[in-house]
Parts: sequence; structure tokens; C-alpha cells
Amino acid sequence: MNTLSLSPSQRAWRRFKRNRLGYWSLLLFCTLFALSLAAELISNDKPLLARYEGQLSVPVIKNQPETSFGGDFQTPTDFLDPFIQQQFSRPGNFAIYPLNPYHHSTINYFAKEPNPSAPSAENWLGTDDRGRDVAARLLYGFRISVLFALALTAIGVLLGIVTGAIQGFFGGKTDLWFQRFIEIWGSMPELYLLIIFSAMFDPSVALLLVLLSLFGWMGLSDYVRAEFLRNRQLDYVRAARALGLSNWQIIWRHILPNSLTPVVTFLPFRMSAAILALTSLDFLGLGVPPGTPSLGELLAQGKNNIDAWWISLSTFAVLVITLLLLTFMGDALRDALDPRKADR
Amino acid sequence: MTAAHLPSNATIHDQYGTKSTASRPVTAQESAHGSRSGQTNLIPLLEVKDLGVSFAGRSVVQNINFSIAPGEKIALVGESGSGKTVSALSLLRLLHDAQVTGTANFHGSEGRIELLGLPEQTLRGVRGRDIAMIFQEPMTALNPLFSVGDQIAEVVELKLGLSRGAAWNKAIELLAATGISEPQRRASAFPHQLSGGQRQRAMIAMALACQPKLLLADEPTTALDVSLRGQILELLASLQKQNGMAVLLITHDLNLVHRFADRVLVMENGLLVEQGQVAEVFSHPKHPYTEKLIDSRPRRDVLDTPAEPDSLPVLKVEHLRVSYPTGLPGFRGWFRKGEFVAVQDASFSVPEGRTLGVIGESGSGKSTLALGVLGLLPFSGDMLVAGQSWTGQISSDKVLRRALQVVFQDPFSSLSPRLTIEEIVGEGLTIHHPGLDQESRRERVIKALQEVGLDSSQNPGLLARYPHEFSGGQRQRIAIARALIVQPRMLVLDEPTSALDVTIQKQVLQLLQGLQKERGLSYLLITHDVDVIRAMAHEVLVMKDGLVLEAGPVAEILDRPRHPYTKSLAQAAVDFSLENQGT
Repeated sequence: MNTLSLSPSQRAWRRFKRNRLGYWSLLLFCTLFALSLAAELISNDKPLLARYEGQLSVPVIKNQPETSFGGDFQTPTDFLDPFIQQQFSRPGNFAIYPLNPYHHSTINYFAKEPNPSAPSAENWLGTDDRGRDVAARLLYGFRISVLFALALTAIGVLLGIVTGAIQGFFGGKTDLWFQRFIEIWGSMPELYLLIIFSAMFDPSVALLLVLLSLFGWMGLSDYVRAEFLRNRQLDYVRAARALGLSNWQIIWRHILPNSLTPVVTFLPFRMSAAILALTSLDFLGLGVPPGTPSLGELLAQGKNNIDAWWISLSTFAVLVITLLLLTFMGDALRDALDPRKADR
Repeated sequence: MTAAHLPSNATIHDQYGTKSTASRPVTAQESAHGSRSGQTNLIPLLEVKDLGVSFAGRSVVQNINFSIAPGEKIALVGESGSGKTVSALSLLRLLHDAQVTGTANFHGSEGRIELLGLPEQTLRGVRGRDIAMIFQEPMTALNPLFSVGDQIAEVVELKLGLSRGAAWNKAIELLAATGISEPQRRASAFPHQLSGGQRQRAMIAMALACQPKLLLADEPTTALDVSLRGQILELLASLQKQNGMAVLLITHDLNLVHRFADRVLVMENGLLVEQGQVAEVFSHPKHPYTEKLIDSRPRRDVLDTPAEPDSLPVLKVEHLRVSYPTGLPGFRGWFRKGEFVAVQDASFSVPEGRTLGVIGESGSGKSTLALGVLGLLPFSGDMLVAGQSWTGQISSDKVLRRALQVVFQDPFSSLSPRLTIEEIVGEGLTIHHPGLDQESRRERVIKALQEVGLDSSQNPGLLARYPHEFSGGQRQRIAIARALIVQPRMLVLDEPTSALDVTIQKQVLQLLQGLQKERGLSYLLITHDVDVIRAMAHEVLVMKDGLVLEAGPVAEILDRPRHPYTKSLAQAAVDFSLENQGT
């Protein structure tokens, strides 16, 4: 027997870890996300470190004009320019490039093929129809997708918990009116609203976040409401009331911690739904502003350039892997939080 | 069709009639040895040898040997987790993922068969036809989507091969045999339209559809009200006599065993520790566990001196009325709410250091009374706590809240699973003594836990543990400690022991009695168990359908009940130990 006492959440974490697939999915996903957060150091058109005639500089952070590397123009240096590269290949000078020497916005003017160009030693996954490196765009696109999904999930969860808690705890008339409001709100045509708003405002990630958040909380609030309705009439809540705790203390200390199981279980699934939502909106051209690296926009390019199989195939692969990892995590989490599963 | 079947039934009856008369009472000596020693006239109906059940390598039942004679009434007793239900279910192989070892020879309609080694196909024929089963909770054992008549007729159709119409008539016949009034009408009722007792009767009718030779009854009366238990038991006994079947009654209630069974098997922790004739086992238990079980009747150990007449009662209630809003049918329900009065005009008072018992069956409003007194439900009427007017509002009565604390029935839902024991017990201090620092709060928590008999020497790391690591009895002690820590003057005990095993129940009641003597606590004890009332209460209040039927000193009410309902309650609990006291 283990004498160490584990809290229910610690036990759930143990059960989660015992599910190999889910646990490794979590590790892999976190690693990928961490790497994508450092995308500027992995995939960038500016060297990490450069020395030119005895002068050390860090172009990733501060890009100097071309003149400081022996060029003719005052414009920011284009390090992919054969002339600049030639400058650095002279003895004593060097430039350490990131692993993939393209930023998501870098247009490769020096490709040997017309755009979109097939995978080669220079562009590992080829370029898109504007000559931008697909690998770089996938990396940055993945980052935006995950960040967007995290933000959308966080806002949705917060709104869902607050509204569900209010409905479930107070019940009665409050619940009744809120439920009717949700029914009306939920029957609004989300997609049409998005189209209308994207026509009215300049498209931006923030606008998308707001619009999707407005409709994304309802699914979760139902579950939280049900949990609250169930938990508020359990004996430990009654005992707490008999002790004289205030409503707020009862919600915070007793009901909320015991009502979060569906919230936690749904987190990975909500993440994958958010990623899919952003991708499909981008695919339709209703999403992020042009130029932003995004998986949906890449898919649209793939559709428009059926011959350029490298665009659609690689985007598809990234999407499938991301969603699979999230689904595996969700499955493991659901099992870990299932009260009917024995704890052994 | 029915007529054609009647003669055959009659012959079966005859056959069993002679058999059951032939079955002489088995002596304790013989039954202890499995009653297989050369009884030429008595082939055991079921002979179980070396039965063992394990789940995923964890053994729950070991080395069970017993036999059942045709027409015998045998009881299997034990506390929860002793493996009594598992043993019975394993005989019909109704357990999933269980490894069952041993042999079970059954002498059925097709000669001797070994139940545990039978192919599934053949076993399916045995289930229901030769061996039938009734369960604890008839609501979940019946399919809510079909009428009970349909469900019984289905069994008859399948097992006896009758036509649809004949099966339906047979179903009505069976229902009538179980004493359901208006069987014609009840047959087309759905399970939810029947009362608990009627449902259990329907279950019995279904089980008896094929005149099984053996009936496994798994706690058939536990989910029913006290007054119904006796009726169902009588029904089982009379049907048993009529059909000459053997009954294996699984129960934890020794009263039932005493009233019903010829022979008893006692189980503890998956082992069969004792078996023998009921009278023999009850008067001379051999195994210490049997002794403990028989001794588990709650014993009265309270101060019986009358309370000082001029002292202020801790709780004084006058004309208490608690009601729930209910929906009205149809269009009216859109605008108005109906009202269900759960407690009507209840008046009582509880003096210091005394216990007022409230007894009644489920739905009588006794739990609502408790919630009303605690101010957890809106009520009307006058209530005085320690002489001060009590509204039950948190804001105005925070100080009075301390005086009135509560212990609930279910030890599993009464403690928040995500808080440690220290947090749970110490919660009252954070409300009523917010000035205490961490150290002195912890000290008080430890002291409160010690008072209820929980010590960190037996339970290392007690304070940092979570509720799921404790047994039901321990949880109930924790719940009592949580109530005690704010030093209340009165505890409302809502069925405090009905979810506990009998031996644990005795311990918890002893603890409560001790606390009352020590601290002069008053109790408002809500229960359906006459034994508990007898052991604990000074005064008693009998409730039915929201009304107080009778009130007065406990001895007077229970020994000389005036109201017929109280009489039936008191009768249902007439017990073996009182009868045995003469010997």
C-alpha cells in the first residue's frame, strides 16, 4: 500500500500517465509547440550570428542596412541575395543561418524553378505560388493555429464556466431565462454573421477570436450547468450550508472543483475544434488577414494548384498529426477522469 | 392453453409436496459437513464445492462449500463486501470478467448438471426455468419501456412456449398469485406506475413464471419500506410452500433470517465462516464473527432521567410547515405553481441532552423536516433555537448556525472528494472562528477527530488524506467531527447509520451516545429503523405523508402504539433477540 495520499487530480494525472499513447502525444505536442514558439530561431531569413570584417552582429534581433555588409542600398539586408552571401563567404567573415533559412514571408527570388517550385535541397517542402517556403509557412501556421486555439479555448472555457455556474447554482428563474437566451443565441447563423462581419471590418485574428468566442461557450456551459445542478444538492454542499458558508464560498470551495471534470475532458477536443474552425475559415478566405501564415490558406493554395502536390500533402499531414495528437490526449484524459474506471 | 397447463402444474405441485414433506430438517451437524453423508432419500438440489471467485487475479470469494436441499429455505448473511452476492451470481455465471473455480452440481429437470462448466447455451435454459433470481432494486431490474405484464409474458412465452395470448393470461395469473390487487389492470401498468412493493411483487411473479426449483433472492426487501418488508417476506414464504421450491435468501438483516430461513450461511471477507440451523446458530454461535453479527443490535445506553422541566429547550418548533412548488398539468401550469406540502403542522421541542426520534417510511417527510429545521428549505411556522428566533438565513443567523449542525445519511456524498480531511473538518472554524491561526486550528481539528475515535496513530497522515481513502464508518465519523468542531448544542442526524453495515452501525451509535452523555448534546434523529429509535431516542415522533401521527415517550409509543400505522411499524421490527431473551 502506498502511504502517500494523493489528491483526486494527482490520481487522475497518474492514470493519464499510464496511458502511453496519450502521454506521449502530450509530450510530442508540447515539444512541437515549444519548437514552433521558437520559430524565429529555426526558420528565418536572417542569420543568427554574423561577422563581417571583424564586426559581430545578431541580425535576427537587429537587421542592419545592406551598406554595413558592403552593399549599395540603405534598405534592410536581404541575406539570401547571392551578393551578400558572397560577402560572407570571404575569409574571416561568416554568417550562421537558422536551420531553414526562410521566414514565412520570405519570397525566394532566386529559385531555379517557377513558383510554386517542387521540394529541393533549398526549399525542403517546395515553395507556394508566391515563392514562399512551405516548410516555414507550415511552422508559423502551426504556431498561429495552436495559439489561436489556446486563446479561443481559454475564453470559451471561462465564459462557459461562469455562465454554467450561475445557471446551475441559482437554478429556478435565473436558469430558465438564461436557458431561453442560450437557445436564441445558439440559433443565430454563425457562419453568415462571420461573413457579414468580415465584410464590415478589416479581417484580423482578434476579430475572429471575438466572433468565435461569442458562440463557442454554449456547448460547455450546458455541461457545467448540469454538474452544478447535480452537485449543489449533494450532502457535502448541504453540510457546508449548515455550517454557514456563503454562496460564493460554497461555489468556490465545494462545487466548482467537483464540476470541472467535463471541462478538463473537453479541453483537447475543444482545441482541435478551434484549430479546425480557423483552418476552414482561412480556407474560405474569411479568416486571418492576407499574408498571415495559416494552414487553411495553404490548403486553399493546394486546391488552386492541384499539380503542386507538396503544398496540399504537407499541410494535410501537419493538420492530421496535430488533430490526432489532440484526440489521443483527449481520449487518455477522458479515461483518466472516468470515475467508473478502477484506480490500480 | 392455460387449462391444458394446469394439470401439469398440479402434478408438479404434488411431486414437490411429497418431496418437501420428505425433507426432514437437516441437523446442524450434518449441514456443517455439507449434508452429503449418505442421505438416500434426500439428494441435495444444489451442491457447491470449493467455489472461488476472483476478479483480475484478486480473489473475492474462496473455498465455499454448501448444499441446498429441495424445498429448503436457506439464508446467506454477511456485511457488504463479504462476497455473498458475488457467490450467488457466480452460480448462474452472471458476473462479467470473473474467474470462477469449483463445482456446483444442480439436480434440475434434466438430471444432474454442473452449472459452472456448462456451455452458455445450455445455461441460458437453466436460468429462469430451473433457477430464478430476484434483485434488490425492482425499479432497475424491470425494463421501464414495457408493461410488467409484457415482461412477465415474455418470460412465459420464451420458457414455456405459450402463445402470446395465453402467456398474457398466465402473467395475470402469476401477478394475482403474488397478491397484487387488480392484476388485470396492473399487468398493463409500466414499472414507474407501480409502488415499490408492487414492483417487487411483479419481479417475484416473473421469477416464479416457470416454477423454478431454486430462487435466488438478493436482498429482496432492502429497498422497500419497513412495513412492506414483512409482507414481501410472507409472500415469499407462502409461495415457497406452494411451489415447493428452495430459496436462497441473501441478506444482511438478521431479523429476516430469523423469520424466514431454516438454515443460515454466514460469510465474512469471502469465506463461509459458519453454517447451520438458524435457531442453533443464533443461540450458540461458534465463530466470533457470527457472535459479533448477532450482537450488533444497537443497545440502549443513554441517560434516562427526565430532563429538567424548567430548562430552556434547545429547539422548539411550533406549526412547522414545509412545502415544495410543483408544476401543474396543462395550460394552468404556465402561470401558476402547485404546492406539495411535505411537512404539515409539526410541533415539538427537544430539551438539552435528549434525543427526539423521528420515524416514518420514505416519502413521509421526515428528511424534509430535518432540512426545514436546519433552515436549508424555506419554511413557515415558529422556530426557537436556544430561545432565540431562527429564520435559517445565513446572513442574520450566523451565530445561531453554530448551535445546529447536521450529519447526513450517505457517507460518500457528504464529504467533498477534493478536500483533505483537515480542510473538511476545519471548514467550520474558518467561518465561526476566523481569527484562529493555522496551528491552533490544526490542534482543534486533531482534537475533534480524536473525539470521534480517529487517531493519526492508526491512520498515518490522517489530516492530509482524502475521503476516498476511508471506509463508510470512518467517513461518518469524519462527518460527525466536522459538525462537532463548531461546538453545536444540537445535531440533526438524518439516517446517520442506514448506509452502514450492522456492526459499524453499532459503533457509530455508541459514539453518538457517548458524545451525548459527555457534552449534553441534543439530537434530532431521523430514521426508518425502529431498532435505532429504541436504542437512541427519548421521545419519538411518528410521521406519515407529511403528518405527525403520534408523539410521545419512546417506550409508550413503541410498546403501546395507538395508531394502526405505528402498530405495523412496531410489529415489523419485532425481533429475534427479544424472543431469545427468555432462553
